[in-house]
Order: sequence, then C-alpha cells, then structure tokens
Amino acid sequence: MESNQMKLKTIMLTTAAAMIAAPAFAGSHMASEMTIVSWGGAYSKSQLKAYHEPYSEMTGTTILNDDSSAEAVAKLRAMNEAGNITWDVVDVVAADAIRLCDEGLAMEIDPDTQLAAAPDGTSAADDFGDLLVSDCFIPQIVYSTTFGYRTDLVGDTPPTSVCAVFDTEAYPGKRSLEKRPINNMEWALMCDGVAKEDVYDVLATDEGQDQALAKLATIKDDVVWWSAGADTPQLLADGEVVMGSTYNGRLFSVIEEQNQPVAMLWDAQVFDLDGWIIPAGLSPEREARALDYIMFATDTQRLADQAKYISYGPARMSSAPLVGQHADLGIDMAPHMPTDPENAKNTLLYNYEFWADYRDDIDAKFQAWLAQ
Amino acid sequence: MSTVSGTGPGTADAPSPDDALHEAAALADRDTPPRHGAAPDGPVLAADGTPLKRSLARALRLQKTRALMLIAPLLIFVLISFIVPIAQMLWRSVENDIVSNTLPMTVPELAQWDASDGGLPPEPVFRAMYYDMFLAAEAKKHTRLGTRLNYEQTGISSLFRQSGRKLDDLGKDILKPLRALDGDWAQAAPWFELMSGADGAAKDTAALEAQRDRLRRVTESPLAGEIGFAPSSEISALLPLTAQAYTDFAIFTVLEDGKDLAKTKPWETVYPALIEDMQTADVAGYGGPRAGMLQALRAGIAEFPPPSYSAAFADIDADWAAPQVWQTIQTHARTVTPGYFLNAVDMQLTPDGAAAQPESKQILVKLFGRTLVMSLIIMGSCILLGYPIAYLLANLPMRTANVLLILVLLPFWTSLLVRTSAWKVMLQQQGVINDTLVWLGLVADESRLVMINNQFGTIVAMTHILLPFMILPMYSVMQTIPPSYVRAAKSLGATNWTTFWRVYFPQSVPGIGAGSILVFILAIGYYITPEIVGGTKGVFISNRIAYHISSSLNWGLAAALGTILLAVVLLLYWCYDKIVGIDNVKLG
Repeated sequence: MESNQMKLKTIMLTTAAAMIAAPAFAGSHMASEMTIVSWGGAYSKSQLKAYHEPYSEMTGTTILNDDSSAEAVAKLRAMNEAGNITWDVVDVVAADAIRLCDEGLAMEIDPDTQLAAAPDGTSAADDFGDLLVSDCFIPQIVYSTTFGYRTDLVGDTPPTSVCAVFDTEAYPGKRSLEKRPINNMEWALMCDGVAKEDVYDVLATDEGQDQALAKLATIKDDVVWWSAGADTPQLLADGEVVMGSTYNGRLFSVIEEQNQPVAMLWDAQVFDLDGWIIPAGLSPEREARALDYIMFATDTQRLADQAKYISYGPARMSSAPLVGQHADLGIDMAPHMPTDPENAKNTLLYNYEFWADYRDDIDAKFQAWLAQ
Repeated sequence: MSTVSGTGPGTADAPSPDDALHEAAALADRDTPPRHGAAPDGPVLAADGTPLKRSLARALRLQKTRALMLIAPLLIFVLISFIVPIAQMLWRSVENDIVSNTLPMTVPELAQWDASDGGLPPEPVFRAMYYDMFLAAEAKKHTRLGTRLNYEQTGISSLFRQSGRKLDDLGKDILKPLRALDGDWAQAAPWFELMSGADGAAKDTAALEAQRDRLRRVTESPLAGEIGFAPSSEISALLPLTAQAYTDFAIFTVLEDGKDLAKTKPWETVYPALIEDMQTADVAGYGGPRAGMLQALRAGIAEFPPPSYSAAFADIDADWAAPQVWQTIQTHARTVTPGYFLNAVDMQLTPDGAAAQPESKQILVKLFGRTLVMSLIIMGSCILLGYPIAYLLANLPMRTANVLLILVLLPFWTSLLVRTSAWKVMLQQQGVINDTLVWLGLVADESRLVMINNQFGTIVAMTHILLPFMILPMYSVMQTIPPSYVRAAKSLGATNWTTFWRVYFPQSVPGIGAGSILVFILAIGYYITPEIVGGTKGVFISNRIAYHISSSLNWGLAAALGTILLAVVLLLYWCYDKIVGIDNVKLG
C-alpha cells in the first residue's frame, strides 16, 4: 500500500516535471526561430532568395515571414503597449523607420560595430553614406516612385518630362497618382515653374501649398487615385490610364516580365529608401540573433544578390559593381536600377525631415481638397 | 391560496420566482397560525427548521449563482474582448498626460505665464524646460512628445528632434572653463564623491525618491531597486539644483543603462546647475569631500556668469525664441483634453479656446455626413433589391428555395477583396459593362461611362456585399407569415395589391427592420470597399480613422472619431427604437 502510494507520487512528480520542462524545451526550440516582417509579393521573394535562404542554411535558423510592413508602425506601437513584441526584424520605409525611432519603438544601431564593413575595408557608415537617415535604420535598397506610360496611347511623341502628367492636351486620357500629398505636391510645383531646390521652401508656406493644389486641380478630373502599389501596373495593363506613378520595381515587372506596352519615364523620379529596423525591447538573446541576421543580410554581397530578383538599387556603394543579371530573365539589371546614371539625370530625394513635420498638416489639406 | 396569491404584485401572469417570495412573505405576515410549523405566531418554517422565507431566498440565490456561473465564460469574454477595449478607446480620445509626464517641471511653470502680451515666457520656464527636455532626450521620449505636439503645430516634430541633439551644448560650454579651473570637474569619481558626501554622512533620501518619481513618469518604467547613491543632506541643501540634476543622472545611469556611477561622467546638466547654485552658495563652512574644488570655484565665480537658458534655447533653434511653441505647449498641457474631439469636428483648441479649423483643412464633418447619407442609400437599395428576392425565397417550394438560398450565400464564401476587385473589373472604363455598352452601340467609345472611383461605385459594390445581410432576416420573417392570411384577404374580395400592402407587407416589416439595422450599422463602419472603389468622393469616415491609426499615429484623434461614430450609431438606434420600436425587429 505504502509503496504503491510512493509509486503514484513519483509518477505524478515526473509528469509534473515533464510538464514544466516542456515549455522550457519549446522555449529553446523557439530560439532557432525568428520572425521577419516585410512587404510580401515579389519583394519578399527577393529577400527570401538573397537573404533568408543562405542565412538559414548557414545558421540553421528558421525564418518565419510576416507580410505586415504596411501596418508595421501601428502594429509595433500596439505590441509595445501590450508588452509583447513578436517580431525580430522589420522591413520598413525610411520615413516609418524615423517615426519608429522617434517613438522609441526601434533600437539604435551603430553602423561601425554592428554592420559589416565593405570587402575593401570601407566602414559601413561610409559605405552607406548619406543613406543612414536615422539612428535606427539600416538601409537595404534605393527605390524610386516614378511614372510609366502606355507606349501605344501617347502618339508619336512619347513624354520625356514629368510635366507631361499635367499636359492633358498633348497626352489626353487618365493618369494615376498616389492618394497622398507626398511626391504629388513636389511634382506639381516643379511643373508650375518652381525650381527644384526651392520646392520645399515653397511647400512650407500656405501659398505654396495652395499653388501645388491649384496645379493638381488642373488635372483633378483626369486622375485615378491609387493607394496600393499594384494599382498603377494594373491600370496601365488594362489601358485605364495613359500614365501613372508607382514604384519602379512594379513597372519593371509590367514591362520586362509581363511584356506590356509600357515604358518608364524616369524624369523627376523620387528616391526613397527601404531597410531594416530591430524593434526595441527584445530579449538579449533575440536581439543578438536579430543583429547577427542584420549583419549578414546587409553586407555587400547580399545586397547585390537581391538585385538579381528585383530592380531596386542596393543601398551600399560597394554593392553597385556586383549587380549582375536577372535570375530568371537573364537581362542585365544595371540599366533598370533607379540609380543608373542614365536614369538618374533628374531626381529628387524624399525629404524626410520636411514630411515628418508637414505630413499631417498637408495631408489634411490634401484630403479636404480631394473631397471637394 | 387564491387570496394570498392575489396580494403580491405581478402575479396576474405566469408564476415567477418572485411570486414565490411574495407568497412566502405573505404567508409569514399572516395573522392566522399556519397549518404546519413549529411555533404558533412565529414565521413559517421549512422542513429543516429554518424559516421558509430564508430557505426559499437561499434556494433562489443558489439558482441565480448557477445561472451566472453558466454565462460567466461568455460574460468574461465579452468584458475582456469587447467592453474593456471600447472603454480604453473612449479614454484614449481625451487622454493627454504625455505633455505633463514628459515635461513635469515645465508645465506648472508655464501655467503661470500669461501669453496674451505676446512676449516670451520668463527665464524659470526656460530653465525647467532645459532640465525636463534633457532628461526626456536621455530617455528618448522627447521625439514622442514632438510627434504629439506636431498634430497641433506643424514643425514641432523636427524642432524637438533637433533640439534633443543640441541640448549638450550649454553644459559643454560651461565645462570648458571649469576644466581649466580644475580638471577633476570633468571626471566621474570626484563628482560621485562630492555628491555622496563623506562616509556615514546624512543622506537626503527624500530628494532621491522625489526624483525617482519624476523619472518614472518620463521613462514609464518602474525604476525600482537600490542605486547605491543618495545625495548627502549637506550637498542637497547647499547645491539643490546640482543635487537634483546629479540624482536624475544617477538613477537613470544605474537603473536604465546599468553602468557604474563612480566611473560614468555626469550628464551635461550638472554644469549649468552647479554654476547657478554657486552664485549664491556659501561654501566656506562646507567640510565634506572635495571641499577644495568647491571653494576654488566659489573664489573664481566671477568668471562664470549665471547660465542663460533662454539664450541657450535661442541658440539651438530660433523657433524657441518665438512665443508660438510655448503657447502650444501651454494650451495642450492638460492631462485630459477636449482637443481630439474638437479636431474630430473640424475645430481646434487654441490659446483663446475652441475655434474652427481653417477652411482648407475642414473635412471630417463632411465625411461624417457623407458616411451617414451613403449608408442610408446603401440600406435603401438593399431593401429594394432584397425584398423581392426574400419574397421569392419564402414562397417557392422548399427544394427550389434552397438552391436559390445557396446563390444568396455564395458571395459570403468569397473573399471580400475578391468581390470588391471584381466590381472594379466590371465597372471601370475599359471594363466589362462599358465594353458591352460600346459594342451594342449605346455609348460612344470616347465617352465611356465613369462608374467607379466615385460614390456610384461605392454604393454598387457595398450594396452587393451587404445584400445577404438584408435578405436573410427578411426571408426568415416572411417564412413565418401564414399563407392563410393572404388567402383569407383574397377570399374577402381584396385585390392582389391590397392583399400585399394591407396584409402581407405589414407582417414583413420586422424583417425589414432587422435587415436595415444590420446593413446600416455594417455600412457605417465599412472601410476596405470604399478605400478600393471610392476614389475621392466615395470614401467614408472609417478611411480617415484608418489613416490616423496606421499612418499619422494620431490615435487620440482616431479614438475621438470612433467614439463619435459609436455615439451616432447608438443615437440612431435609440431613434429607431422610439419610432419603430425595437420589439418590432425580428431575425426569424
């Protein structure tokens, strides 16, 4: 009787011990897993091929993808308030990275100690140069927002200037523009006679904002406003619009992969950056792993590799000479990069400081103007 | 018993547990002795000897508890997942303690400033701001406050971000001559010794805890634990501002950065604080550690003019030398603010009270109106389209009706995005409908109809998506209408129309009511469909809420907009109840 009870007790104790040990085991299993957040679609695929697969092979880490970059700022803020951050590395545009840094939601990175130097020994800080626009942000690609047009709908004189967008007489038909003030206001002012270097000074004034909106008003009835990057490629393919703005990689796939009668209008393309942040408040173990991944994924070769799969320019200077051919199409990628000298004759760089200050104010005016 | 049961209220209907209580009470109060029970003239007793009234109450209480336990899981679930988040959202629409938490010393100073004369705030405000801002910058909270205030005044975001980087300058400028005077002023250990006092010296723990509380508000972390430092009482009395600045540094360095105090150079704030304190401090009697350093400084204090915080701020950015920024901080310093609600109705909180937004920024009231009107239109078109279908379904043989019902439900099994995008393909200018019309010759090729990216597109797509919510309640109500009523009306000589309008339709109204409420409430909060097909004039207020949640991060305004939307829906529901009566709504 006594021994039976003892036996039962032992079994129960062992079971309890196993139950306690089980989560611990699951915890150690989790250690080799990380969640990386990105945009989905062709872009995530390029990261999978260029970064995730070689990294997993090298370290044995399982990488989980989450296509939530579009809502990353709001979700990170909510996670932070809830005190449970489930993401390890997040891909965001530079403007979002600056806001995450401002809100204390992303951790600061020291490029010299936490990022890989270039093969020739140039420090990461010098290699990235001006593109390190925030203390928390590790740039990955340079992309641009630019126009594409239907070659069969523009007659014998294809547009060469961004101002063709505002010229409905020479190029009748609808155009698609993003449903936000950023970029559109700059283009409107430049086509209304404001010099490129004065654009933001003018836009900082009420009169300048009215001027830009007045210019946009001249084509308001001819504009289809988009909110997702896939809209303009679809509208161009359907012949709904004669020209439209979107990200250059999207236009590349319409032109080269789907062979639609569309051409790029690189004039006045607006450069923007996309890259990684690491959420603030990770456990030391997860933080170390995220940093290890970042160190690997943003070295010179990896950034150049990504350009095999998508036509965005690598953010490191040292990566540019290594850009090769498209993995499937076999065409040279360099001429399709927004940073190619031939394409970059007239460019703007997204003004982060300006828009961080003015985006809410101008957006309210822009939306009120749209609703009129 | 009949005489007794008549005495309790509400006994006319079916008996209820309450009736039993009343009966028990009546029995207990009766003058005549009961047929059973222990004591004559005493209360009626149950079999176990307890008074019947109490034992019945206990039985009922047990029953109620059991019922409550049964619904407890659902109740707790609803409470946690529904009521609490809504309450939090309501609170967020007025919550504004970020300003007073981040600038705890500045806000009370600023409250005394009279902004009406157009001048700058007095020097104490600048001083409080310097120490508050420095601490906030160390805790990396100043940019968050900048973002918050940027909603009110454009430009504050970058002003705060850049100022945070330049706040060191004032301290560094003072440190230079100070170091020339005595190199120890630039070292970590001498400062630590000076501030701690001699071994066994009395410590000013009250000051330590006061600063700890203040830091807690800024950093939002518990900051609990021993830091191995408290300013000595002597120093705290002699150099109050310096002790305060050093204590801030000490708490933060030990608990947040995890560094050794004796080996970490103090923040730059201690230098202006020291100079300011030393202007009046009498250090002649001071005998603690590093007394020599202090006395040498006191002797040469003429070399160190008192720090001008306002000049330092003006150096950092010219905007600090203009009253607007200070007015904005002062206006929005309240911990509970009506500002978000004012913004939500196209107004703003100004130093002079509530005022209308400039006309060029007014959009939200218009969107509220548009959302209501379009939701009503969508509800109306759902009634018009849904009623005949529901009628058909209810009056066909079961087998056919089931097939048709599947057709009604089919869209439910398709993704919302797919359905919305399909409407895009149908309605766009190069789309199916326009192509067909052009092919038929009804519309010229160059004047294709614009049917999408406007209100029409939104109404069509949303009517399609919400139609099942109208049909299903109508159908289930119509099924319960006995066909004999219609036959009776006809046999009494009514025409088809009269039969329908006077006999059938009134009985189907509860179904219309239920469907209308469902469709209207769903439509008023719809987001994704208007976003995709709405263009510029077909967007709803929910699209602005989404913008403020995910893009501008102005959650206060989003919460205020959501609260107003909720209030409007509740108000309409109340009106509906008053006019139609909610009892007349049936889901089947």
